[in-house]
Amino acid sequence: VTLVPADLAERVIARALVHGGDLAELYAEDRQGFALSLDEGRVEAPQRGREAGACLRVVQGDSTYYGYVDGLAEPDLMRVADSVAQALRGAGGGAQALLVAAERARGHAVAVAPDSVPAQRKADLLRACDEHARSAGSEVAQVRVGYADSHRAVEVFNSDGRATADDRTRLRLSVQVVARRGDRVETGSDTRGGHAGFELLEREPEEVAAKASRRALSLLDAVDAPTGRLPVVVGNGFGGVLLHEAVGHGLEADAIQKGASVYAGRLGDQLAEPFVTAYDDGARANEWGSDGIDDEGTPTRRTTVIEDGRLTSYLYDLLRARRDAVESTGNGRRASFRHLPIPRMTNTYFAPGEATADELIAGVPRGLYAVSFGGGQVEPATGDFVFGVSEGYLIEDGRVTAPVRGATLIGNGIQALAAVDGIAGDLAIATGYCGKEGQSVPAGVGQPHVRIRELTVGGTA
Amino acid sequence: VSTDLEAVARRAVDAALAAGATDAEAFAEEEQSRRIRVYQGEVESLSDAGGRGVGVRAFADARWGYAYTTDLSDAGLADMGPAACEAAAVADPDEWAGLPDEFGTTPVAGLASAELASWPTERKVELALAAERAARAREGVSQVEAAVYSDVDATVALANSRGFASSCQVTQAWAYVSAFAGEGGDLMTGLGVALGREPGELDPEAIGGEAAERALALVGARQPESRHCPVVLDAFVAASFVGFIGGMLSADAVQRGRSLFAGREGEEVAGPAFELVDDATDPAGPGSAPFDGEGSATLRTPLIQDGRLLTYLFDVRTARRAGRATTASARRGSYRSPPAVGSSNLVVSQGDAELAQLLAEAGDGLYVTDVAGLHSGVNPVSGTFSVGASGRLIENGELGAPVRELTIASDLVTMLRGVVLVGAPARWVPLAGSVKTPPLLIEDMAISGV
Repeated sequence: VTLVPADLAERVIARALVHGGDLAELYAEDRQGFALSLDEGRVEAPQRGREAGACLRVVQGDSTYYGYVDGLAEPDLMRVADSVAQALRGAGGGAQALLVAAERARGHAVAVAPDSVPAQRKADLLRACDEHARSAGSEVAQVRVGYADSHRAVEVFNSDGRATADDRTRLRLSVQVVARRGDRVETGSDTRGGHAGFELLEREPEEVAAKASRRALSLLDAVDAPTGRLPVVVGNGFGGVLLHEAVGHGLEADAIQKGASVYAGRLGDQLAEPFVTAYDDGARANEWGSDGIDDEGTPTRRTTVIEDGRLTSYLYDLLRARRDAVESTGNGRRASFRHLPIPRMTNTYFAPGEATADELIAGVPRGLYAVSFGGGQVEPATGDFVFGVSEGYLIEDGRVTAPVRGATLIGNGIQALAAVDGIAGDLAIATGYCGKEGQSVPAGVGQPHVRIRELTVGGTA
Repeated sequence: VSTDLEAVARRAVDAALAAGATDAEAFAEEEQSRRIRVYQGEVESLSDAGGRGVGVRAFADARWGYAYTTDLSDAGLADMGPAACEAAAVADPDEWAGLPDEFGTTPVAGLASAELASWPTERKVELALAAERAARAREGVSQVEAAVYSDVDATVALANSRGFASSCQVTQAWAYVSAFAGEGGDLMTGLGVALGREPGELDPEAIGGEAAERALALVGARQPESRHCPVVLDAFVAASFVGFIGGMLSADAVQRGRSLFAGREGEEVAGPAFELVDDATDPAGPGSAPFDGEGSATLRTPLIQDGRLLTYLFDVRTARRAGRATTASARRGSYRSPPAVGSSNLVVSQGDAELAQLLAEAGDGLYVTDVAGLHSGVNPVSGTFSVGASGRLIENGELGAPVRELTIASDLVTMLRGVVLVGAPARWVPLAGSVKTPPLLIEDMAISGV
């Protein structure tokens, strides 16, 4: 399917460059989605939607002029081109290469297109998850299940001659469980998602429900979280959100170039123990944060951000790469055609190490085992972070003991990274949504089990 | 804005009825927006954007489904009918679902300002630059990371198969500055923000100055010792908590057993000085409108008065379920999602005490100017929370050393009941929904640091 023919893209870009500009780019998108939820045992809020639109930007020096429009028809695109061109004060036109039809990037295999699966089957999947979550115990009080799939056709043209396309299919299943015992109320959740088709949910989807229930039920026995500075073992999978928030955001080149990151000027420095390596990998097969190209048409790839403890790369989009005279790392992402691309993580994770999770835990006399987080936040300028632990346990004498609730981890990214003193081999990647400057994009977060020598645990005790 | 949006909405309703819906409702939107970001005295990015779309809710007896599109052509609208009806067929029956029995509009003056259109782009750029300069001019400010001006001129229309059709135009302009003070690991950030119906209501000096002051106040911050003490929440922080509490007052959250306020109507949930109102009719409120997302005439609804919880926020469905009347609290985020229960503008009535008086009253405690991780740090059902914070110590009734890397913990009802003094003035804080609040003095919270 062609969204914008090459000759039209060429005319739109030429029009946008009438008053000058170093680079002009047309990003076109046709996005269709289906979503459904189940709550209180009832399948509800089925919705189907379609949005088609384009974003046009012209870069001149360090300034970006852009506009976007709902619609891909020639008058829509020309109107945006005129409006963008008018905003440029320069005289004379910019240069433009000839464009060819957008070439589809090597994408990610989708075996069963979600659109080909009857909606009724998706509804039945939610019912099965509901039933399975409730079967975990009589203390399961509420179950909420969500399903969403989306298909995005993307085309990117620019005045340097880039003409490329991507075809993206994502789906995600999420289960949230509330467990109740008397006055005690606890919640647990789990998700499964990917840049993939419905085949992702054909293999034991009930596992997602079971895990959510197990988390909620185990918290019913939880004791108040301890307070103070403690060793922390962070769980694999979603535990990687700590790396994402506390390190990853600080490596995004926009923050670096504005001096708004503690990692600015630290390239090549030994920031972690020599056994610590970390990647951002937007090409990892069928992963939640993967695409064929980024939203500026750069092929996605694996970037080693930390190698043997040394800081080796920042994460770049085209603009920031040009400023540092390097190549884009394929991290120019946007939430939709209504946004400008900015440097964003794709799938960020610690490489597997030699230890086992049991060994990491066995080395802790008294500490916290943070299996999963409810979410987190970081101030990239300082690297200060806060994470709510959604599933956590005490570690006593090298053994996991009582579940704890209400624990919060607070610390500083660069300090926490230096304090990583063990990495297991059990890499897993979970599905997250990452927000930045009002743009939400799917981001894979992951890691094997990781031990941090000491972190501040803010408890409720 | 050129399209006849009411006609678009009516055509979408007709398409759903033609596809077999027993009832239908359509929400159409068209907007023109501008966003200008400046950096180091230059334009970093400047946008001029148009958006439009329509969403249709189709009822098939007790089931409903939703569909939306950006294609407002006849063909695009015609497709919406079958799409919404097919979606509805997947849903389980919902005995409380359906259109309202009554519709209407409440006149709210001043939602749109003609002044916005009279501002050329250059003048808006100058406003953003002035805000950046104001922050940069303060001694000790090391960097102004962003200065942003943004505005929107939007028209929305709602129509349904019971004959309701109405539209309204809203303008909004806002600006913010994010400034840094200090360096390296001691870099602290501060935010300054303001909003109005048109750019003339924004004072760039005040916005830049506020960002600078907030960052400078934190320079040299250290981790405090763990303890229990009185806490003053500044308006930004109070707004974050109030926004979260507003979400918990949704009858939908209550009925689905996901709110700590379930079963507490009529109870004492806050200190006697704390008053909270949801007011969709405040002319200055960013969430104000003449009709809600289902066509009910908007209201001013007191939620907490004299510390007592008076009511939850209801849309038509939750009102039917509870045997109550709607509070006209069906909100539409955009045409891309069906209506959902939510607050319009949450307004905390201001008290008499200036900040200095709150600090004096606190004696020794903590003044919190920023919280992080509120949404991950609060258990919505029990209300217990532990969130990251930064601010200043309060020593002998005055602001003392800056502190960071700490958490404050309590539970929301204990915190609300612990409001011993409500400050002044109240201000709009457009950070977590639309909230207007003064600073608050809380009797006691657990601080955890070193």
